[in-house]
Amino acid sequence: MVRTDVQLMLDVKAGDGNSFELLLRRYRTPLVNFLYRMVRNREQAEDLAQEVFLRVYRAREDYVPSAKFTTWLFRIATNLALNSVRDNRHQKLEVSIDAPVTVDAEDGDERPLDVPEKHPNIEQHLVEDARRKMIRHAIDKLPEKQRAAVLLHKYEELDYAEIAKILNCSESALKSLLFRAYEALRVELAPLVAQPSGTKS
Amino acid sequence: MESRILGYVDGRLKANERAELEKHLADCAPCRLRVQEFSAVSGLLDELPLIEPSPEFDTRVHALVAAEPAPKASWWAGLNVSPRIAFAASFLLLMALWIGYRSGPVDKPLPANDDQAMLQDLPVLEDHDVLQNFEPLKSLPAPVADEASDTQQQEQM
Repeated sequence: MVRTDVQLMLDVKAGDGNSFELLLRRYRTPLVNFLYRMVRNREQAEDLAQEVFLRVYRAREDYVPSAKFTTWLFRIATNLALNSVRDNRHQKLEVSIDAPVTVDAEDGDERPLDVPEKHPNIEQHLVEDARRKMIRHAIDKLPEKQRAAVLLHKYEELDYAEIAKILNCSESALKSLLFRAYEALRVELAPLVAQPSGTKS
Repeated sequence: MESRILGYVDGRLKANERAELEKHLADCAPCRLRVQEFSAVSGLLDELPLIEPSPEFDTRVHALVAAEPAPKASWWAGLNVSPRIAFAASFLLLMALWIGYRSGPVDKPLPANDDQAMLQDLPVLEDHDVLQNFEPLKSLPAPVADEASDTQQQEQM
């Protein structure tokens, strides 16, 4: 029988180290991906994800299952990510967000290992790579709160009530935030949105 | 209606909300276009692949957790006293304190008539002190009872 997150966390509270290990395995990939898409730096994303797990462990004795475990987990992660993004912005003022998309070291992180087999046609691979960069750039351009909302909604598939709690706003405010974010993405990705399906490459 | 378009695209609307929106979409071309575009954006977001945490990730988390201090235990936790015994001990301690308070030595005030008696005795005590230290009395001859010593003194004189 699969134990729920709350059951696992209560077992961690009771001193069961194996339950913490299970939570780590269950959430390390979603957390690292969420944080990576927030801060756009793999090393920093992993550091932040480790900090999230450490905070969960530290708070184990005071843990009360008053909300969903994921709400608590991603609230910690979102706060860390937002602080980190703001710190980075102060450090990288000279870099314009309107700079053209260029190859950066981080892009290699998302490249599947079986590229040669999947893409015998190098031209097709380059086109797909350019699409991904454009999509990542569009997400990066979103204000950080809108970006967090989109990532939690689209990739973590959290419900509106959870995301609203994480971002400390009302559900209606969240829906409005998401609508504005998708509007911005629609404009930014207009060349791709206009492409009928099946003509990606 | 705008706030429901995204919910419609990702299938999160309730049945009644969905039916209501579909009814609206049948008559509203701009909203139909928005649904189409948001669906395209959602599909584009799906194109981003996942990354895997590095192999050292778990090891680093383990190291951070291992470096955490053990939870603070209360001083009586090591005694492993059952709640019943702890309650009984507390009850006995309270009883002992209560009994001690009720029967312990107390400096009771003297009765009023004792005060008066002491005041009446005071002149006697004062007279006794005066007489005991009264210098002229020391120069007087010894008491009459000691006649032998008296005759010796007279002979010397």
